[in-house]
Amino acid sequence: MIAHVWLIPALPLLAAILVSAGGRRSARLAGSITAGAVFFSLIMALNVLTGLISAPGVEQVSMVWLRSAGNLSMELGMLVDPLSVIMLVIVCFISLMVQIYSLGYMAGDQGIVRYFSFMSFFTFSMLGLVLANNLITLYMFWELVGLSSYLLIGFWYHKPEAADAAKKAFIVTRFGDLGLLIGILVLAYFLNTFNILEVGEAVKGGQLTGHWSTMVALLIFAGAAGKSAQFPLHVWLPDAMEGPTPVSALIHAATMVAAGVFLVARLFPVFAASETALMIIAYLGGFTALLAATIACVQNDIKRILAYSTVSQLGYMMMALGCRDYIAGMFHLTTHAVFKALLFLAAGSVIHAVHTNDIRQMGGLGPALKITAATMLVAALALGGIPPFSGFFSKDAILMGIWAAGRMDLLMVGIVTAGLTTFYIFRLWLVVFTGRPAEKKYQAHESPWVMILPLLVLALLALSLGWLGENFRHFLSASWGAPSVGEAPHHRLIPMFALLASLAGFGWAYLVYFQKTISAALLARKFAATYKLLKHKYYIDEIYIFLVRQGMFMLSRGLAWFDRYVVDGMVNRIGEFCRLAGKGTRRLQVGRLQAYLLAFFLGLVVIMVSVLMTHPEILEIIRSYVCPATGRVVAML
Amino acid sequence: MLLSFLLTVPVITALVIMFLPRERTTWPRWVALTGTIMTLIISCRILLGYDLGAAGFQLGEARELLPALGIKYAVAVDGMGLVMVILTAVIIFCGVLASWDVRERPQEFFAFLLVLVTGVFGVFMARDLFLFFLFYELAVLPMYLLIGIWGTGAKEYSAMKLTIYLMAGSALMLVGILALYFSGPGQSFLLDDIARQSFSRNFQAVVFPVLFLGFGILAGFWPFHTWSPDGHASAPTAVSMLHAGVLMKLGAFGIIRLGLELLPAGAQMWAPYLVIFTLVNIVYGALVAMAQTDLKYVVAYSSVSHMGIVLLGICALHPVALNGAVLQMFSHGIMTGLFFALVGMIYGRTQTRDIREMGGLGRRMPYLALAFIVAGLVSLGLPGFSGFVAEILVFIGAFKVYPWLTIIAVTGILFTAIYILRVVQKIFFGPEKDKFKNLKDANPMEKACLAILMLILLGVGVYPGMLVDIINTSVKSMAAVWGGTP
Repeated sequence: MIAHVWLIPALPLLAAILVSAGGRRSARLAGSITAGAVFFSLIMALNVLTGLISAPGVEQVSMVWLRSAGNLSMELGMLVDPLSVIMLVIVCFISLMVQIYSLGYMAGDQGIVRYFSFMSFFTFSMLGLVLANNLITLYMFWELVGLSSYLLIGFWYHKPEAADAAKKAFIVTRFGDLGLLIGILVLAYFLNTFNILEVGEAVKGGQLTGHWSTMVALLIFAGAAGKSAQFPLHVWLPDAMEGPTPVSALIHAATMVAAGVFLVARLFPVFAASETALMIIAYLGGFTALLAATIACVQNDIKRILAYSTVSQLGYMMMALGCRDYIAGMFHLTTHAVFKALLFLAAGSVIHAVHTNDIRQMGGLGPALKITAATMLVAALALGGIPPFSGFFSKDAILMGIWAAGRMDLLMVGIVTAGLTTFYIFRLWLVVFTGRPAEKKYQAHESPWVMILPLLVLALLALSLGWLGENFRHFLSASWGAPSVGEAPHHRLIPMFALLASLAGFGWAYLVYFQKTISAALLARKFAATYKLLKHKYYIDEIYIFLVRQGMFMLSRGLAWFDRYVVDGMVNRIGEFCRLAGKGTRRLQVGRLQAYLLAFFLGLVVIMVSVLMTHPEILEIIRSYVCPATGRVVAML
Repeated sequence: MLLSFLLTVPVITALVIMFLPRERTTWPRWVALTGTIMTLIISCRILLGYDLGAAGFQLGEARELLPALGIKYAVAVDGMGLVMVILTAVIIFCGVLASWDVRERPQEFFAFLLVLVTGVFGVFMARDLFLFFLFYELAVLPMYLLIGIWGTGAKEYSAMKLTIYLMAGSALMLVGILALYFSGPGQSFLLDDIARQSFSRNFQAVVFPVLFLGFGILAGFWPFHTWSPDGHASAPTAVSMLHAGVLMKLGAFGIIRLGLELLPAGAQMWAPYLVIFTLVNIVYGALVAMAQTDLKYVVAYSSVSHMGIVLLGICALHPVALNGAVLQMFSHGIMTGLFFALVGMIYGRTQTRDIREMGGLGRRMPYLALAFIVAGLVSLGLPGFSGFVAEILVFIGAFKVYPWLTIIAVTGILFTAIYILRVVQKIFFGPEKDKFKNLKDANPMEKACLAILMLILLGVGVYPGMLVDIINTSVKSMAAVWGGTP
């Protein structure tokens, strides 16, 4: 079975190369080629999935990439187990949907060839990442998805905001990747292997002693936090919305941002070895979930609301993993991938119709965009955790996991966040689709069928995926590194509380934005300070800008000055000294022969005297040569 | 005979160029191109002729030159030398392509370029210390004329600074070489003879730093690096390419060949202190690069930073790190060649190197933008390109010896990402400026030059196994000398 798995990532890569090699000529076919490739990948991934369902197991295959003296070998390899196969299917499926949608959304764009080849390249990298069986391969694809994300956020590179956002995304995630890389180095130092299975065994066997296991887990988590936009590295994701909307759906909602969650799951034994690390992950996840949800409540850009929602939901997943509920975290990742992709694609359909991102300029779009409104409602209900939509089940599983871990404070955070979630998503939905149209005149019309079809398919899944719960649990628990799971934890009251919170959030949104019994403007005035704080996203961006400007750039400029005027200044001083010395000695070169001769003889005398003074025996020698001759002369006389 | 053939082809080409009729201004470049294609073919033949299984020095030739002093003409290549020879052949070939439009005294220009390359080839394959020094000087001296005559900006200042600096390095080196000669077996400059000698610890402790410093100057060792940004900034494109691409590698190569191989005990004594300087190279170089506004200075300081990784890999005295260092020498050579070729092409079009004045060039020059982004990605260590492989090997190896210090070095990749992406954005992204509306993308000759360099970077990055195997043959024998090191 595993023999052909490499084709799953290879096909999109091939398509990306093919399309970009075709250049302008392939403009018309580009989307069909890349979508076709990922379609076949999906078929193969489903094939592997069914194979694995009937015969669960963990298989890996590697080839040597390089070998170095000093007992080091690096490999490229794949690991096929339920976890990686589920990720394969999610990535292929969402990518297919998004690419079909893009055929309509991106039609007529100048850079369409570039767009589809980047999308296909992203799909390749992401598939490679989820299949990796060793840390080097994983890190390589990890960086490649970062690159694709950079290229696609900056797709409209002539827009300064897009170019800025792309740069910010790359650098902020790279900051996290630094941790991941150092974590890998530490593992290599202690364990001398990169293979994930061997690393897991070694950690379980207690080969990482003392605080090292916590250190390694946290370092690796830094990488995960960067990609999955966890506080304090979440700032890049909202800005990443400058990319085309389908890109946001695929990369910045469904797949790449979930890579951090996947990484924690993939290396779960490493994390499981440290209670401290897990606790930090759980609380950071909870904090992020709450923080982002509050920000989402007051934003007006339709995509940014969804972006903060993504940050919040990823925090939810991290919270689950931190509470050792691996299954719930992955389950929520799966359902979230579907309904969040749907939300983004539907938002794209709205933007396509009205050409603005600002929800204040929308309103009353329901009648014109019936299918978009309906499918987005399904996604909103799923996100809000209303039964029987998929989000209800996965969110419940997480809350149950937190309860089972005995973290009541986090449970509260989860429930409050659930309420906020329904509030902001229905605020969005109600403002966009109901009420009176905003002043701006536009001719809103439903999107073409290539865009509608993916919406319908995704809506169907957003509705039904939750019922897979028990099967999912059973299947995933056969993954490598999954903690042994018994019965799913169960508590009758928790879902009730969560549902109540969700309904309260919905009710509040309904009163404010549909019935208008409570004025939103009045609320904003009443809680002006809070409102301002949220509106400015807790000023986190401003703090970073300050740190970067006043810290790093000042340091950099200071060092540049130091280099120019101190290090190089010293060099020039030495040069000047030599020149001055030359100038001084030049005076001696007066050009008069007599002066030179005089100096010459004086020098000779000085040398002779000094030689004779130090070596008196020379005098004897001279005398022995000179005296016999003198003696003879004297004798002759 | 292959190695001697490789040494004579550039010289003969240079002579032919000098005898071409003056009025045929396009002939020199064609002759130079032919010559460099021949060197490329010969170096590929050398690569094919090298027996990986046997390892060690191969294709050797030896002839008496000055028997009275024990000077021989002895050349041979080992894995490390072989990789460097190929690097040089590629860079000079692309350098000729990149200087296709040199109008001022093309005959002399190409002739000097080829003489310089002969020297470089010679250093990489010399097995006799005297020969080594001779070729080294041959490689360094034409630089003065190439920058002084064909350069831009404060060219006389830069040329003089560079030459004096490198001569100072040579002087130290010569002291080291003479010390080796006189304390060696006597009456032989042959490296094999000297290597058989075991030098006392005290001798090694004194001579190693002298050699390290002498070569280190050429490798951009902090704080003796300031000749390089000025030199690069003033040098014509091809000279910058050769200079950063190959010449700086001579320094690192010398440290390994003479320092590490002949004076292992001295290396072990000094390495722990030198490592700290290499960290300064890496982080300081990257931070200073961040503040530059002249594109050539950005690339030049990035070279300082990247050469720091090479030096770190050397000073770690760990086989994995040394493998990485040599691979980084190759990778950085190609990458920086690509960078300087691009800077030349961009400057040729916009007539400015100030990144603040550029912007939105990506729309008119997608090919140049692509190539620049590729070079940038290599520079920031993106997997899939050669830079990543080299850096991770250095980091893995160095981490085993100096874990805490290596973490500082690793942060360099973040700073590199910052200055690279900043430059990419400032030059190619954003709205198009009116004054750049009529600029053209790369012509076929330029495209060929850039494509070759990019493909090599990609090829090595995707499948580094072959190159690492070749380098490994040298590293293994050195690691055996260190013995006790972990």
